[in-house]
Amino acid sequence: MSLLRSTTPAQNASGVGTARGSAGMKTLVITLVGWSVALVIFFPILWMILTGFKTESAAIADPSFIFTPTLESYEAVQARSGYARFALNSVAVAFGSTFLALLIAIPSAYAMAFLPTKRTKGTLLWMLSTKMLPPVGVLVPIYLIFRDVGLLDTRTGLIIIYTLMNLPIVVWMLYTFFKDMPKDILEAGRMDGASTLQEVFFLLLPLTLPGIASTGLLSVILSWNEAFWSLNLTSSKAAPLTAYIASFSSPEGLFWAKLSAASTMAIAPILILGWMTQKQMVRGLTFGAVK
Amino acid sequence: MTKTRASGRTVGGLRTLSLQAPAVTLLLLWMIIPLGMTIWFSFQYYNLLMPGMSGFAGVENYEYLLTDPALWKAMGNTLLLVGWVLAITVVGGTLLAVLFQQDFAGRGIARVLAISPFFVMPTVSALVWKNMMMHPSNGVLAWLANSLGLPAVDWFSALPLTSIVIIVAWQWLPFALLILLTAMQSLDEDQVEAARMDGAGPIAIFFFITLPHLKRAISVVIMIEMIFLLTIFAEIFVTTSGGPGLATTNLAYLIYMRALLDFDVGVASAGGVIAIILANIVAIFLVRMVAKNLED
Amino acid sequence: MATLQLNNITKHFGDTAVIKGIDLEVNDREFVVFVGPSGCGKSTLMRIIAGLESATDGDIVIDGQRMNDVGPADRGLAMVFQSYALYPHMTVEGNMGFSMRLAGVPKEERRAKVLETAKILQLEPLLDRKPKALSGGQRQRVAIGRAIVRNPSIFLFDEPLSNLDAALRVQMRIELARLHEKLNATMIYVTHDQIEAMTMADKIVVLHDGVVEQVGSPMALYHHPANRFVAGFIGSPKMNFFDVELISTSPEGVQVRLPGGGECTVPVNAQALENASSENTPIESQPALELGIRPEHLVLDEAGALSGQIEVLERLGGQTSLYVRMGDLLVTLMTDGDVAYRVHETIRFGFAPERAHLFAADGRALPSLAQHPLAGLTRHDNRTSGDAEALA
Repeated sequence: MSLLRSTTPAQNASGVGTARGSAGMKTLVITLVGWSVALVIFFPILWMILTGFKTESAAIADPSFIFTPTLESYEAVQARSGYARFALNSVAVAFGSTFLALLIAIPSAYAMAFLPTKRTKGTLLWMLSTKMLPPVGVLVPIYLIFRDVGLLDTRTGLIIIYTLMNLPIVVWMLYTFFKDMPKDILEAGRMDGASTLQEVFFLLLPLTLPGIASTGLLSVILSWNEAFWSLNLTSSKAAPLTAYIASFSSPEGLFWAKLSAASTMAIAPILILGWMTQKQMVRGLTFGAVK
Repeated sequence: MTKTRASGRTVGGLRTLSLQAPAVTLLLLWMIIPLGMTIWFSFQYYNLLMPGMSGFAGVENYEYLLTDPALWKAMGNTLLLVGWVLAITVVGGTLLAVLFQQDFAGRGIARVLAISPFFVMPTVSALVWKNMMMHPSNGVLAWLANSLGLPAVDWFSALPLTSIVIIVAWQWLPFALLILLTAMQSLDEDQVEAARMDGAGPIAIFFFITLPHLKRAISVVIMIEMIFLLTIFAEIFVTTSGGPGLATTNLAYLIYMRALLDFDVGVASAGGVIAIILANIVAIFLVRMVAKNLED
Repeated sequence: MATLQLNNITKHFGDTAVIKGIDLEVNDREFVVFVGPSGCGKSTLMRIIAGLESATDGDIVIDGQRMNDVGPADRGLAMVFQSYALYPHMTVEGNMGFSMRLAGVPKEERRAKVLETAKILQLEPLLDRKPKALSGGQRQRVAIGRAIVRNPSIFLFDEPLSNLDAALRVQMRIELARLHEKLNATMIYVTHDQIEAMTMADKIVVLHDGVVEQVGSPMALYHHPANRFVAGFIGSPKMNFFDVELISTSPEGVQVRLPGGGECTVPVNAQALENASSENTPIESQPALELGIRPEHLVLDEAGALSGQIEVLERLGGQTSLYVRMGDLLVTLMTDGDVAYRVHETIRFGFAPERAHLFAADGRALPSLAQHPLAGLTRHDNRTSGDAEALA
C-alpha cells in the first residue's frame, strides 16, 4: 500500500550497501516531513491552547513559547461571562438532539436494512437530498415560524433544528452499520423464537453498539460545532458555545487569553471525541460511499 | 445463493412503512414547509420594517435581486471561495494522504494532529486565525514576517477573501485527508506489488494505481465539501462581516443581511431560492454517485 | 413422527420466479438432500420450509398441518446456517440456551439441557467460550448443538459444511450421518456438492432453475438419471456426452451410430422416441440423440468403438484420468492407476452398452429396460438387517 515503503525487495536488490543507507535516509526524511506538516496544521490549535494559559499582556506580546502559565483567564471566563451557562446549553442541545435523532432513526434504519421494499432505496436517497437544502435558503421561514411560536432563543428550538439537520446522516450511518450485520444471525434468532422486539434488544442493539455509539458521537460533534442556526436563532438565553465564542469578535477589546481559554474549553471535548471516532465517521460523512 | 433476500414476513411492507413513518414525516415537514414558505415569500412584498406594504410582488424580488450588483459580487465571491478551497483541500488532501500513509515513527499521533482542525467549531477557528494568526501587529504571521525582515501583511484589509479562503481551507483540508486516507487503506496491496513487479516506480504507482483508486473518494470529497462551502457563514460572520465593502460577502451572508439586517423577507427569500437551485445542481451529481454505490 | 409435504410451492422475487411449482414428500426420519447448482432455488426452498421466506403460492404441510402462516419458531424446526450464525456476544452456553431463554425456561433446566446436548457433541469444555475463540469445526458443532437443544421434529441444514476445509468436511459428514442415526430425526440438507448428497442422503432432490429435476435414492440417480441435467450433475468426473445418429429401434433397445462410425445398441425403451417421430421421417431429420457414458464406465479396448488422442493425463495414484481428444469433444476416461500411456498417444476404447444412457432432444432420458440392482438402495439399507428392522 505504501508508495515509498522504505525497504522493498527491488530496492534491496539494487545495491546491498547503499540501498540500506538510502532507505534509512528516506525514512528520516519522511518522518521529518510528516511531523512538520502535522505540526504546521495543528499549530493554530496549539497556539490557542498555550495562549489560554498566558496573561492578557503576554498574549499580545511577541509570540513566545516561554511564559509563566496562569489560570487567570480560565477563572475570568467563568466569573465574568458565565461560561458554564453556554457550555450547558451546548451539552443540552447536542445530546438532546442526538438522543432524539437516534430514537427516530433506529426504527427507520432497521426497516430499511432488514425489511427492504422497492421504495427503500428511493427513500434513502431522498433523505440524503434533504441534507442538500442549504440552511440559508430556509432561514427566513424558520426564523419567522420560531418567532411566532416562541421558539427563538430556546434550547427546544435548537434541539428541533439539530435533530432534523442530523436525521438523514444518522439514518444513513445506522443503515450502513445494520446492513453490515449478518442477516443470518437475526434469522437464527427468529428460528429460536425471538419476537421483533427481542430481536432488536437481544441481538441487533448489542451487536451494533459500536456503530450506534459512533453515529451518536458524530451527531453530537455536528450539533456542537453548528454555527449557522445557533448564531441566527439564539441571542442570550439559549446561546451555545459557538454563539458565545462569536461574541469575542466584537472589536471593543482584544481579550486573546480569555478567547483562547474559552475556545480551548469549547473544543477540547469534541476534539477528543473526534479523535476517537474518526474511522467510523468517514462512513457517516460520506454516506457510506467511502469505508 | 447470495442474492438479496426479501423479507420473510408477509406484512413487511406495512411494518416498513410504520417504522419509517416518524423519520420520513419529520423530514418531509422539515423540507416542504420552509421550502414552500421560502418560495411563497419570494413572490411577496414582505418587509418586517414596513408592515403596511404587502401583497403579491410577482418576480419583482427576483428582478431587484438579479439587478443588484451585490448579488453578482456575492455569487462571484461564493464561487471563488468554493473553487479555491476545493483546489487546496483536494490537492493538499491527496498529497497529505500519501504522506501519512507512509510508515514513520509516531505516524498515528501525527495523523491525529493533522485531522484535528476539522473538529474545531467554525467560530473558534475563525477567531483564532483572525486574532492570533493574522493580526497585523500581534499575530504570529506578522511576527514571522518581521523576523524575516518582511513587512507584515494586514490580512483582512489587504487580502480579505484570501484570508477567508485560508481559514476555511484549514478547516476542510483535514476532512479531505481523513476521507482519502481511509479510502487509501482499502487499496489492495497485491495490486501495488503487482505494479512494482511490472517495474513501476513510486511516481508511476501514484498516478496509475493510487490516484485511480482514489477517484471515487475524491469526487465524494468534492461534492460534500461543495455543499457545505456554498453556504459558509460563521467564518465570515465573526471575521469580516462581509467586508470590507462586499469583498467577503458570499450568497449566504448576503441573504442573511437582507433578511436579518434589512428585514426584507421577500428579497431574502428570493436569494434563498437561488441558493437552493445552486445547491441542487451539485446535489444531483452527489445523489447519483451515492445511488450507484447503493447498487453494490 | 415428522413428515413434510410441499404442494406446488412457487416463489417470486419481484418479476423473477425462483421456485416454479415444487411438489415434494419427505418421510419421517428421512435424510433428504436438496442439491443443485448455485441459483437453482435450493436455499430459497429451505428458507420457505423454515418460514424465513414466504411462498408466493402453495402449501407447506408439516405432520399434516398447514404451516404457511405459522412463524419460523413455531414450526418445530431448527436450522443450521451456512455461516453458523452464532450470536457473537454470547458464550457457547448462551448460544445453545438462547431459544429456551426466550421461551422463559428456568435457568437450571436450561443448563441441564445444554449440558446434555454438549455431551453429545463433545462441547463441554467450550461452554464458557465466545464463538470468536472457537475453530471452524467447533463453531459448526455449536450451531448443530443449538439446533439439537430445540428438540425439533425436522432439522434443516443450509450448506453447513461449505466453510470447512476438505479434511474437516469429511469428518463432519461422518459425524452428521452418525447424529442422524442417534437422533432419529427427519433432516433436510441443502448443498451444491454432489458428493455430500451421494454420501449422506436417503433421498436426493435435484433442483435446477426452480424445478425438481429428479427425486430418488443416490443409486437411482446415478444409475438411472431422468434427464441429461441430472446425468451431468450427479457423478464425478462428469458424464461424457456424444451426439449419435439413430439407426433403428427394436424391443431390445435403440441402435445408434457413434462418432467415428461404430454402432451400438443401447438397451433402453424406445417408446418415447417412437412417439416423437413417425416412421416415414427421413433419417437426416430424425430427432437428435445424445449418448451419455460415465468416465468410469469407459474401458480401454483395442477393439473399442471409439478412439482419440490423449491430450492430458492426470495420475492420481490409484486411478488415472485420461482426457482424450475426439474431434471437438474432450472425453474423460477413468482408468487403472498403472496404465503406461503418454500424452499424444492414440488409444481405442469402448463401453458396455447397458452402461450407456440415451437422451432425447428435449433432454429426457430414455428409460432403461433393466433396473440396476442397487438402484432402490437407500442409506438405511446399508445397515445390517437388525438395524433396519429396528428402524422400520
